[in-house]
Amino acid sequence: MYDVIIIGCGVTGAATAYELARYKLRAAVLEAANDIAAGTTKANSAIVHAGYDPEPGTLMARLNVEGNRLTGEICDRLQVPFKRVGSLVVAFTQEQLATLQTLYDRGCENGVPGLRLLSGEEARALEPQLSEEVCGALLAPSAGVIDPWGFAIAMAETAVRGGVELRRSCPVTAIAAVPGGFELQTPEGKFCARFVLNAAGVDADRVHNLLEPTDWHTLPNRGEYYLLDKTEGGRVSRVIFQCPGPEGKGVLVAPTVHGNLICGPNAESVEDRRDLGNSAAGMAEVRAKAVRSVPGLDWRQNIRNFAGLRANTTRSDFIIEESQAHPGFIDLAGIKSPGLTSAPAIAKLAASMLADRGLALEPDPDFVDGREHIVFKNLSAEEKNALIRKDPRYGRVVCRCETITEGEIVAALHSPIPPCTINGVKRRCNAGMGRCQGGFCGPRVQEIIARELGLDQADVLLDQAGTYILTEKTKMGGNADV
Amino acid sequence: MKELICIVCPKGCHLKVDEENGYAVTGNGCPRGAEYGKNELRNPTRMLTSTVCIEGGIYPRLPVKTSRAIPKGMLFQAMDEIAKVRLTAPVHCGQVLIENLLGTGADLVASRDMAAHK
Amino acid sequence: MYDLIVVGGGPAGLAAACKAWEDGVRKVLVLERDKELGGILNQCIHSGFGLQRFKEELTGPEYAGRYIQMLRKTGVEVKLDSMVLQILPGKDGAPHQVHAINGQDGYMVLETKAIVLAMGCRERTRGAISIPGERGSGIFTAGAAQRYLNMEGYMVGRRVVILGSGDIGLIMARRMTLEGAKVLACVELMPYSGGLTRNIVQCLQDFDIPLYLSHTITDIKGHDRVEQVTVSQVGPDRRPVPGTEMVFDCDTVLLSVGLIPENELTRQAGIGMDRRTNGAVVYENMETGIPGIFACGNVVHVHDLVDYVSAESERAGAAAAAYVQGTEAQGPVLELAAGDGVSYTVPQHVRTESLAKPAEVFFRVNRVTQAAEILATDAAGKTIARFKREHMAPGEMERVALPPQLLKLAQGPLTLSIREV
Repeated sequence: MYDVIIIGCGVTGAATAYELARYKLRAAVLEAANDIAAGTTKANSAIVHAGYDPEPGTLMARLNVEGNRLTGEICDRLQVPFKRVGSLVVAFTQEQLATLQTLYDRGCENGVPGLRLLSGEEARALEPQLSEEVCGALLAPSAGVIDPWGFAIAMAETAVRGGVELRRSCPVTAIAAVPGGFELQTPEGKFCARFVLNAAGVDADRVHNLLEPTDWHTLPNRGEYYLLDKTEGGRVSRVIFQCPGPEGKGVLVAPTVHGNLICGPNAESVEDRRDLGNSAAGMAEVRAKAVRSVPGLDWRQNIRNFAGLRANTTRSDFIIEESQAHPGFIDLAGIKSPGLTSAPAIAKLAASMLADRGLALEPDPDFVDGREHIVFKNLSAEEKNALIRKDPRYGRVVCRCETITEGEIVAALHSPIPPCTINGVKRRCNAGMGRCQGGFCGPRVQEIIARELGLDQADVLLDQAGTYILTEKTKMGGNADV
Repeated sequence: MKELICIVCPKGCHLKVDEENGYAVTGNGCPRGAEYGKNELRNPTRMLTSTVCIEGGIYPRLPVKTSRAIPKGMLFQAMDEIAKVRLTAPVHCGQVLIENLLGTGADLVASRDMAAHK
Repeated sequence: MYDLIVVGGGPAGLAAACKAWEDGVRKVLVLERDKELGGILNQCIHSGFGLQRFKEELTGPEYAGRYIQMLRKTGVEVKLDSMVLQILPGKDGAPHQVHAINGQDGYMVLETKAIVLAMGCRERTRGAISIPGERGSGIFTAGAAQRYLNMEGYMVGRRVVILGSGDIGLIMARRMTLEGAKVLACVELMPYSGGLTRNIVQCLQDFDIPLYLSHTITDIKGHDRVEQVTVSQVGPDRRPVPGTEMVFDCDTVLLSVGLIPENELTRQAGIGMDRRTNGAVVYENMETGIPGIFACGNVVHVHDLVDYVSAESERAGAAAAAYVQGTEAQGPVLELAAGDGVSYTVPQHVRTESLAKPAEVFFRVNRVTQAAEILATDAAGKTIARFKREHMAPGEMERVALPPQLLKLAQGPLTLSIREV
């Protein structure tokens, strides 16, 4: 019997695992996909929000501001790319100036530090590429940009090193209440736990329904994005939001923590929870809205479009609560924006809820709250040289666009949560993130994965199950049957 | 009169072949074009390039080519023969791997050096 | 301290290094990031290379092999598996610095009198053209699929739709068909092919693969692996025409939608760039805006034939040798401009006093023409040279040679344009 099982290893599950790893507990995380951080965590705006958006008094308001602070601390400790670049919400009309005032007031009430209302001229002095149409802005210095999957992976790795068990490709297919806890069915067998934390993201309603009907359900909402090359990365130096509407925070233009430029998302309700496609209309909408803030954007520098699903629900706030019929089963659900920012605060809240319900949280003196993570290109020439002398694989650049070495890829493949896919490697060390999008390094990364993990190259997938890359070897008899 | 695009070289000359007058070719930039025009209507041939399995080299496949063009209709049959070849490095560029491939008079030859690797 | 460092050991770098050695430069280093020399030619196993340069029809590996043999006869030093991270141009005649790494030498800071940039190009990806749809596996650039097939010995799919009619895509249509795949269609946005005509004939027509001109992919289905693509006709504005959709059940999409010169090092070094070529602005001898730094091959502009890459790179190698030996090209600069029907010119500048031979100017046209003239017109409106062409197409590079005596008389800028006759 585990003390705690977390279902789902996106940023919420990872943050919670990281929090629980500090204590002498028997905890496990069950992830349905073949890798962690594979849902909404891997496809979002990658923003650490300041916290002026949520209505005061909501869970979102409280956890956003607390999460913003905690995120900064965790990124320092775990060497996660994070830059507190600040954000501007821009207004184009008098009416929107009133919205800025509302946001300012909310932010002050939520405890957001350093908020300032600016005139259009003041905003353009900070961000010269802003549209002439901008007539005012709200500056929030505490907002930032982050590597969202890197954040989740760093926390999960630290948790696993601290003794939390992680099972991937392990979807929960049934949940039953048993004396003293719950019994979870998976293809890997049965897992029993005193407490269950449901952090299953967009599918959290379905997971909850395995135990009992919920009075809420997920309303998946798709957002589409453009990711532009680093040549556009300096277009703005802060996150540029437009005024929020009923559909969310609107289309932003922001530098990414890796030096690219991100534009998006639009917002569209979708039925299919696997619908991560881009549509011509959606992409056109993003372009049209983004140039309203920053007219000079050069879309020819686009290197990737993607889409993510917001875990919106029939409720307006995060759903962080215990089942009334089944005490010990706790939802960490409906974690839409600002969920990435809030994750560390959600984790702390979850831990305190467990403590309130009688779980003894005794600190584990052996827990190491830190991580070694080598990013070759950030080292000085002397450090690079020393590293290559120690391990010549750091002298072999595999991903040319991002200058990622074989050494870093091999290190990722022997990390506490080794990836087994090309995109899994990408999310751990950035190989394939650049302008050629893995066109060049993909086959080489695949070869390294096969070699290090003892697989046949043709069995190495691009991403989730079913994303095979190669069909067969040539010259082996049987031509393709077409 | 038949119009063809010459594929002898990358220039892609636009040829006219007069079937009624001894396959006389016009529009060609070189004598090879005239020959191509004639052959293309009477007995079309193609250079075939492919790969064969090799062990002990830097790569698991070695590029190969036919030493001259073979009848177009035999390309797939030739591919089946090529698929049977098994080599071990080293191999030298130009080395004959199959003599007189399917009786076409063309040999299958290696089109690069591949040294024994480690 | 080197006399010359060549960045890249593909066809351009090899030709430049061989030529510089031949012209008497002795401390020459080639830095190649792959594990062998030859560059992309090693995966281009089809034939058709070398007709200009060697007067025979060679495959890619054979063509590369010729230059590798030539290089082995010189004393040029080669470092494989070596990545150049940064180029720092020397100021006021000071040596240039090349920062590079490999597993053996570690982090190297190399000083040199001259540099030849020969990094080649990369393929445009799905992102660059923003194809809507899902993002399952099975979408490859043609070159990536070519590498898997020709070097690693793997098939990337069984039922294939090719977007773009660039040469690599056409060549891959044939290769995959010969290896047993079914190529359902080749789809081209423009009303003409982007590849060589001979490749349309011998790669598509020979295998009854339909070429859909003025069409594009408007949707890709398949959450995990490509399952289906939708192809639509496009109007003159290149936008999809509703109601023209065709659906293909396939597991693979190959993209052959253009090449982009790989100029990150060039930009970092502060070398002036041409927005049209995406390469450095160069003089007649392939020198960039920074004295002693030269560029050649696909890093300057995308070529159609490797033979022209070699010729251009030999020019760069010779000029680098002259620079090392103290003969700097100087004199008044005549600017070349792209006029009607012409996309760009390389070189962009000619120093007429330094010309011993006619200036070779490469360019591409932006429309298909039959029976047309290429005009070189100076600022005074005087046409100083005209050249007849039976057939021109954007997929093929054009070349004219402008004699020095004519150029010396021209008032800049000199505009190249085309005119149907």
